[in-house]
Amino acid sequence: MPPSPVLPKLVGQRVKRREDPRLIQGRATYVDDVKIAGMLHIAFKRSDVAHGRIRSLDTTAAEAMEGVEAVFTGAQVAEFLAPMPIGTPFPSPVHRAVAVDAVRYVGEPVAVVVANDRYVARDALDAIKVDYETLPAVVDTELAMTGKPTVIHPDFPNNLAVPLVPSGTGVSADGKVDDTAIDRAFANAEVVISQRMMNHRLVPNSIEARGVVAHYEPARGSMTIWSSTQNPHILRTMIAAMNGLGQDQVRAIAPEVGGGFGSKVNIYGEEYVAAAIAKRLGVAVKWIEDRTEAFLATTHGRDVIGYVELAAKRDGTVLGLRIRLIADVGAYNMLLTAAIPTLTMLMASATYDIPAIRTTLTEVFTNKTPTDAYRGAGRPEASYFVERAMDMLATELKMDPADVRRKNFIAPTKFPFQTQVGAVYDSGDYEKALDAALRAAGWNDLKAERDAARAEGRLVGLGLAMYVEICGFGPSSSVPTGGWEHAQVTVERDGRISATTGASPHGQGNETTFAQMLADQFGVPIDHITIHHGDTGIVKQGIGTFGSRSQAVGGTTLYMAGAKVKTKMARFASEMLEAAVADLIFENGTIAVKGAPASAKTFADVAAFAYVPVPLPEGMEPGLSEEAFFEPTNNTYPFGCHISMLEIDRETGEPKLLKLVAVDDAGNLINPLIVEGQIHGGLAQGIGQAMIEEAVYDDSGQLVTGSFMDYALPRAIDFPRFELHSTVTPTPVNPLGAKGVGEAGTLGSTPCIVSAAVDALSEFGVTHIDMMLRPEKLWRIIHGVHK
Amino acid sequence: MIPTPFDYDRATTLGEAVAKLAAANGGAKLIAGGHSLVPLMKLRLAEPKVLVDIGRVPELSGIREANGRIEIGAGTVHHDVAVSALLQRECPVVTDAAASIGDAQVRNRGTLGGSLAHADPSADYPAAMLAVDAEIDITGPRGWRTVKAAGFFRDLFTVDLAADEILVGVRFNPVRTSAYCKLFQRASHFAIVGVAAALEMSNGRVQAARIGLTGAGPTAVRLTRVEQALVGQPASKDAFAEATKDAEAELPVVNSDIHASGDYRRAMIAVFARRALEGALARA
Repeated sequence: MPPSPVLPKLVGQRVKRREDPRLIQGRATYVDDVKIAGMLHIAFKRSDVAHGRIRSLDTTAAEAMEGVEAVFTGAQVAEFLAPMPIGTPFPSPVHRAVAVDAVRYVGEPVAVVVANDRYVARDALDAIKVDYETLPAVVDTELAMTGKPTVIHPDFPNNLAVPLVPSGTGVSADGKVDDTAIDRAFANAEVVISQRMMNHRLVPNSIEARGVVAHYEPARGSMTIWSSTQNPHILRTMIAAMNGLGQDQVRAIAPEVGGGFGSKVNIYGEEYVAAAIAKRLGVAVKWIEDRTEAFLATTHGRDVIGYVELAAKRDGTVLGLRIRLIADVGAYNMLLTAAIPTLTMLMASATYDIPAIRTTLTEVFTNKTPTDAYRGAGRPEASYFVERAMDMLATELKMDPADVRRKNFIAPTKFPFQTQVGAVYDSGDYEKALDAALRAAGWNDLKAERDAARAEGRLVGLGLAMYVEICGFGPSSSVPTGGWEHAQVTVERDGRISATTGASPHGQGNETTFAQMLADQFGVPIDHITIHHGDTGIVKQGIGTFGSRSQAVGGTTLYMAGAKVKTKMARFASEMLEAAVADLIFENGTIAVKGAPASAKTFADVAAFAYVPVPLPEGMEPGLSEEAFFEPTNNTYPFGCHISMLEIDRETGEPKLLKLVAVDDAGNLINPLIVEGQIHGGLAQGIGQAMIEEAVYDDSGQLVTGSFMDYALPRAIDFPRFELHSTVTPTPVNPLGAKGVGEAGTLGSTPCIVSAAVDALSEFGVTHIDMMLRPEKLWRIIHGVHK
Repeated sequence: MIPTPFDYDRATTLGEAVAKLAAANGGAKLIAGGHSLVPLMKLRLAEPKVLVDIGRVPELSGIREANGRIEIGAGTVHHDVAVSALLQRECPVVTDAAASIGDAQVRNRGTLGGSLAHADPSADYPAAMLAVDAEIDITGPRGWRTVKAAGFFRDLFTVDLAADEILVGVRFNPVRTSAYCKLFQRASHFAIVGVAAALEMSNGRVQAARIGLTGAGPTAVRLTRVEQALVGQPASKDAFAEATKDAEAELPVVNSDIHASGDYRRAMIAVFARRALEGALARA
């Protein structure tokens, strides 16, 4: 008998996403598809003023409406629900899920209606009468820091959520600050770049907005909560704690989740309120966010000002860097709000060996929607500030932007490398990525093309940016919830494989990448494997999906659990085959003795023995199911280089992206097709921030861009064909060598596009332009028309 | 989508639609594609008691040529206008405008009549209708009437159409040398400034010009001074540039919002007027 062909290895292959058929055919189950008998619907009355005291709130007309079961004011909710928990160590103002006396942003809940129908619940909101004493709205971040026009939280003078945290050279662990080294760097500088930069506010805009179904069963004393969340295990922990239940009594389910981009890491007031009302009334309740609420009440991202100063020699050597960060965190601290800007500090060294760095961070409350994680979460801000400054240095010194960067890279021999701001980069070869990008883009040809276009009077510019980011969170010292992941792998009685992961993919494609790994590990076809996730009733433990951690941490954990089962399976097989474990090979869904293919036992054969072991081999337990926890020793630090070419219409100021080349190094890739998809998404959102998206508040604290009529999202027509390339520098912190890639696209794209725009407008003497690149803003530069 | 409660009533003929609308005593709104009305209902900015669906009234649909004139039924969706071979050949300013509306989903649902009757100050069709000097046919309980596009747009979201009347369609003499150009608002794809130009030329000179402008003020308007300045001029880029350079000057006020200040809009009127004229000339 000829040997059957060995299944091709799947890791590293462009396997199409197994998730997609059900998603694109509309056959997936989202929260709003969950229906429980007798389920009630809740709706939130929200503040339409940015800052005010609630003079009166009259719910009587709403309560009298047919179909309305209950209406709760903030004060009533406070009787059965504690203030919202915070996941960071920073002092935070009391934050009620439903406001009690005062409102502090447009969209803040002031009352909640429970009705037998979603339409009735919505109608009842209009019957609730609220009278506000309007207070001055705190909108301008830097003005807010002086306590003007007013103070939002009495215990936080001058609206300072975090007054000032220093880090970097000369800052000791106990907070003592020694300025000698950083002052010397600037004293010795031959050139100093100094620029205020704005990294503006964005609305995350997942396709599926938030939603929750909470079902309390009094007879069982248990709660099941479905939510559109990125981390059901954290949700379970919080819901249990807030409802006086044990974690064994709460089951949290993230069904299909239509995107999150970080905004569904936070556990929201609506989730706590739904659970608390379900428990109080002993029923199931559903809340589904509408798009207006998604704009106003789901956390926003970014909104950080950076005062950036770069000290250098005239040969381009960087001597020192100062960044003073001012983060506008909106009205309250959410779960991770206060921690996000600290990641900007941690990445201030970027890809450079900078001998002296000082960063400081101030966080400011304003009457805006609270901020929290958004794709990149603090790291794109860092790459933007540093890369723009490096570009300004190149311009000042008339150096090629590639050369000034090359001059300052951390040498590949220096890894692991501890930066002056405390990050320990695991591995890197930045020059390799730069060279790959220059080669792929045809950098010198592009420059010639740009110059030829300029000779015709066209406004064409080139931009180049490096980035390095933190992914694969991380050791528990860097994640308040724990920085590990959990997995269980089971060879079922029929020989098929079930696996659970604590990662909670919501668009990342882990059902495919994880199955690819297991298929190779066991030598079985991928369609013999099912990956389960997003249900604490099935997945015993977990942390969730954020910070580009699922593959690096979750994938590794799964691999380790798989290895344990494989070892056990081999022992059963060795008994059956009367051969040494070392002589067995797993391939084509069988286990055989090396050199004796006829001996092959199928997985079903071995499982049949493992689950009915007669006789049970000595020292063994029946069954084929093993679990693993894994915590990496460090985060991973993927990196890359992005290059763009952009043209600005001289008459209208409209920018058009002509070319985008991205070289990304995410370590070993499990599935290059999925990696490209992740990079495309990140690029779209990075380009979106640079050119298309902006959350704008007016002076009264109203979100002017509160719908898709005014908040632009990037569309396919806004992009050239992305040219993607990669280098591979594996990480030593996990056995897969995978680093993470979900957020990478947002890091390189923003600075490289803004730098291209500045280059395109260089004839007008501009050295920096704040995002986003509104046509009118560029038109004013071109035509010298000032406001 | 949580609007206030409403009744839904489908009309199958135009006569039935008129009767249903009249029966509601002003409490009804017509719905066809729903792409202007439904977003307003969702935000509860419109709270009609009854929706009379005219989406399947056969008399309202289609594009026809008769006696050298073109008729477009009010119920014709933007996509059908955009891809009409007849219109692309005979009157491309109309297909330009239709093709620039929203995105594919919007163009597959939204209708010509809905857009004209809603009269968003940034809508594309009104500029094109002014440029082709369209006649708008209206019916209602008091019978039929026809108004010129130039008199139809009265004010912000306000047109010469009573609550019990139905916009049935538009008729116009096609103009081959015509084009529509716009500066896109990036979020909505409405026009920050949109200009429709229709030229009649003879021996390389402009005999007559009609230029419709949208996005700048409360309604679409004709740029009559530019039209007059062009008459008798050579049909050339230089002449267009000269005639349009102060195009904004005849507008007393222009809109200003987060997407474009008044200054910028004014500057863009000249740019897009010139581009529309050049586009029309390119089709000569």
